[in-house]
Amino acid sequence: MLLLECPYCGAKCEETELSPGGEAHIKRYGPGSSDQDFEAYLFMRENPKGVHFERWRHVYGCGKWFHAARCTQSLEVFGTYAAQTFEPPQEIKDKISAKRPGWSWRDFS
Amino acid sequence: MSMRLKTGGRLVNRASQVEFNFNGKRLFGHEGDTLASALLANDQMLVGRSFKYHRPRGIVASGAEEPNALMNMGEGAKFEPNQRATTTELFDGLSVGSQNHWPSLEYDIGAVNGLFARFLSAGFYYKMFIHPRPFWKHIYEPFIRQSAGLGKAPTEKDADTYEHLYAFYDVVVIGGGIAGLQAGRTVAASGASVLVMEQTAHWGGRAVVDGGEIGGQSTEDFVNDSLEKLAAMDNVTLKTRMMGAGVYDHGYVLGYERVSDHAPKTTGPRHRLWRIRAGQIITATGAIERPLSFAGNDIPGVMLASAVRDYVVNWGVAVGDRTVVVTNNDDAYRTAIALKQAGLDVPVILDARANGAGSLGDTAREMGIRVENGKAIAKVKGGKRVTGVAICAQAGSGGVLEEIACDAVAMSGGWSPAVHLYSHCGGKLNWDDQAVMFRPDLNRRPTDQNGEGFVTPAGSANGELALSAVLADAIARAKEAVKALGHKAPSTRVPEASEKGENAVEPVWLMPQGAGDKLRMKTWLDFQNDVKVSDVQLAALEGYESVEHTKRYTTLGMATDQGKLSNINGLATLADALNTDIPNVGTTTFRPPYTPISMGAIAGAARDEVFQPLRQTPMQGWHDENGADYEPVGHWRRAYCYRRGSETRAQAVEREILQTRKSLGLLDASTLGKLVVKGPDTGKFLDMMYTNMMSNLAVGKCRYGLMCSENGFLIDDGVVARIDEDTWLCHTTTGGADRIHAHMEEWLQTEWWDWKVYVANMTEQFAQVAVVGPNARKVLEKLGGMDVSKDALKFMQWADGTLGGFKARVYRISFSGELSYEIAVPANEGRAFWDALLEAGAEFDVMPYGTEALHVMRAEKGFIMIGDETDGTVIPQDLNMQWAISKKKEDFLGKRAQQRSHMVSPDRWKLVGLETLDGSVLPDGSYAFAPGTNANGQRKTQGRVTSTYYSPTLGRGIAMGLVHHGPDRMGEVIEFNKVDGSLVKAKIVDQVFYDAEGAKQNV
Ligand SMILES: [Zn+2]
Repeated sequence: MLLLECPYCGAKCEETELSPGGEAHIKRYGPGSSDQDFEAYLFMRENPKGVHFERWRHVYGCGKWFHAARCTQSLEVFGTYAAQTFEPPQEIKDKISAKRPGWSWRDFS
Repeated sequence: MSMRLKTGGRLVNRASQVEFNFNGKRLFGHEGDTLASALLANDQMLVGRSFKYHRPRGIVASGAEEPNALMNMGEGAKFEPNQRATTTELFDGLSVGSQNHWPSLEYDIGAVNGLFARFLSAGFYYKMFIHPRPFWKHIYEPFIRQSAGLGKAPTEKDADTYEHLYAFYDVVVIGGGIAGLQAGRTVAASGASVLVMEQTAHWGGRAVVDGGEIGGQSTEDFVNDSLEKLAAMDNVTLKTRMMGAGVYDHGYVLGYERVSDHAPKTTGPRHRLWRIRAGQIITATGAIERPLSFAGNDIPGVMLASAVRDYVVNWGVAVGDRTVVVTNNDDAYRTAIALKQAGLDVPVILDARANGAGSLGDTAREMGIRVENGKAIAKVKGGKRVTGVAICAQAGSGGVLEEIACDAVAMSGGWSPAVHLYSHCGGKLNWDDQAVMFRPDLNRRPTDQNGEGFVTPAGSANGELALSAVLADAIARAKEAVKALGHKAPSTRVPEASEKGENAVEPVWLMPQGAGDKLRMKTWLDFQNDVKVSDVQLAALEGYESVEHTKRYTTLGMATDQGKLSNINGLATLADALNTDIPNVGTTTFRPPYTPISMGAIAGAARDEVFQPLRQTPMQGWHDENGADYEPVGHWRRAYCYRRGSETRAQAVEREILQTRKSLGLLDASTLGKLVVKGPDTGKFLDMMYTNMMSNLAVGKCRYGLMCSENGFLIDDGVVARIDEDTWLCHTTTGGADRIHAHMEEWLQTEWWDWKVYVANMTEQFAQVAVVGPNARKVLEKLGGMDVSKDALKFMQWADGTLGGFKARVYRISFSGELSYEIAVPANEGRAFWDALLEAGAEFDVMPYGTEALHVMRAEKGFIMIGDETDGTVIPQDLNMQWAISKKKEDFLGKRAQQRSHMVSPDRWKLVGLETLDGSVLPDGSYAFAPGTNANGQRKTQGRVTSTYYSPTLGRGIAMGLVHHGPDRMGEVIEFNKVDGSLVKAKIVDQVFYDAEGAKQNV
């Protein structure tokens, strides 16, 4: 029962207020893309033991989608941020790097 | 025999008399008794039968860890199985029965299982699975069915009420023993808010039974004093009869409060589930004593030493006249001393350690108790109760030195910290060789949203067993918790506590050490699930190494007690059998709840009409009054049909269809989803959402559209109307409004967030009525106010206006093939409008119809239905709906997926109509066989039925189905299976059965 703060309305949401949307920052591939790219877009997902970026929707609240950066192992939440972005804000990346030395964006391990 | 002593019993009110009933026997106890203490006071040693062998079982423990004394409790709507006698407080009129025996507890036929013990060894079920089928049907299955499950399932609806309660505290302390109380006091002194919960009705835990002094007070006075101080503070909440059921992510705790189990006649809820968020959690959950593994350790009368002591001190109940104490640690000596003080006989203390006990041993000897060091029990004698023990050396293989008559055995295999709640959320343990226990690793505690530890064990739960160490640990851990919250730790000092010089516990996992096969087959690890030392050894021999696998293979620790007594002994036995050490084997995973909690508490108030609120259309009242036979559709109840008099469903549906096609029908279509999509980029957006083009839809016109997922599969369909330059209204299926609204929001917010589009779900703002049939126009003209003529309002157009004084939006669309208008009015006028249509339609014998008539009429016209023709694997091309897929658009959701190789395969099954040769109705979902069999030996298939009905219009069965190369095989006859195994022949035909040229709707 995670607690995540909705970056839109500021509510500290209990997990039951939210609906999960899987991995964040997935690039959409449409018509004209290769079979491989399209397959990866539709089906291939990271399953890291550690830092991860997820999509959540404040479904029983303001209705907004947002992203959460958290550690799947320790359940630590590094921050939540608006979904209207292609990568996490620098501030959150810095926070993760400080807590997980050696971590870098898009380097799942 | 077990009995009530003349004196003693700190918890019972001897002046009171409480009557209860056990297996039909009328018995008496006192206020303050548990069911277990009252049964023992009545010499009821035998309380149940074990799961597999139906062995006689007696009470083993005095608390939540009890594996045996599970009862069917109450009657009728108050009946509940598997109620633990040790945690059931006695009340007047309590009625229980023992479980898992037939015909009676004393004479059980299932006990014969014991004779087949060799065949029921570890992995019994798995091994049986490979036997030939006939064995299953005639031998194993009847046997397993008869033995499956403890207790009986209730047959009536639960008469009690339950509730949930949400609460927030800085600190939650679980456990009301001296560690919990001391931790609570320390936290409270810092100013933080704190909840201290205790699962029993009494505070103080073991310390009040074990005695000793704290700060010059008796432990009991110390507990009372602590309670007084805590109760006086505003930031403290104290709760008894409340168990910490589970600890979850980010400080979430479930508290299970048994509000009125002890007083069932009081009003209010029976159980209350506390859903708590805590900043820090302190688990002062104590420790659980381990049984010792010797032959016959399951015979009634063999009990944990601490439990024997509890029954004497708390309830004034002696388990036996002569109790042999057997131990590997000093604590059990307290039992011997307490029994002696109560005037009972302790013939011998068998201490498996060569060097024996510390000062408690001296005390025992001074009281005249015989103490034998380095000795063990070779075997307990007796059947339904203990009659004696055979003594041997612990070091040997069980050569009997002496036999001693006794009627009870108090055993102690040492103590295991109750780490369950600490471990629920990932707290890690270390094996402590000296203390012979798994104890929490404070450096690897469960972590919260800040990555910091939020669960802290304290006292015995942290592996501290001595009084002074418990208090010191409680204070230290509580200080850490308040500091973690940013509070200043108070200057609480550790009170001085009396100390007995105790000798160290020694590991004794099998008694005697070299016990042979014969003894090990009578040495129980798991009393409830009948797992013996020999079973775990066999599992190891058969190659099981992982403790999690061994658990499932042997069923060790899988009973309702979840191995509270058996787990450590079991994994020590496994470690020994694998010739490795205990930390290498590790523990199984601790999962909530700590002990089973009631289903009622989990549901809380969410039952009956509150379980899931029903959505109602504005016309629901009329449906209720006019014979509506409802079916669930999403969260709605829609009329399947309206039955008149003694009509069957089928007769009602037939009447509704025939009258609609002949004259005039009305359908309450209010449940259809109505999404208003608005903004300058709406056209572009809807072109992505639908497979066909929506941006070029003219204002005032309607278009049928298909929606696919990014996977290409159909997810919804409906009619879209262009309202004005930048507003579209999208109709969705009845169940689909919320889902499709969310689907649109997801794409708008997470992919095309710069597009200027707003979506509003207006489903319940409008009532909608389908006016259907040859007289549809006439009835609207009779109401008057709008020109709904053929030329003024063409097919697939809509118009705003008033009808009979109602502000209305009229869509000329048809899902039945008839002349048809769907009319939306404000929801609050829906019923009045419906009534007006009924009145105006009376001269045409207007016929309200339900969802089944709707379905049949659409199937007669060959229209697809989401959820019938589609199942999440069907693409529009399968349904021959290429006409609804834009070729002009560069992109739409599903377009790329529909280009994937298997999506364009000519071998996909495609939609056709199906007509049985004998006119019968094809079974729903039946398959068409193809020649040959597949790799599993099953008949190959070439198609399946997606919709099938009796058509009153045509007087025979009609169906649609997906068939391999279907559209190319018109006129071919294929065979479908029926439930009875027979086949029915059907011809592949066009899917439109009625008015193929569309003449009926174009009038
Ligand atoms: Zn929000």
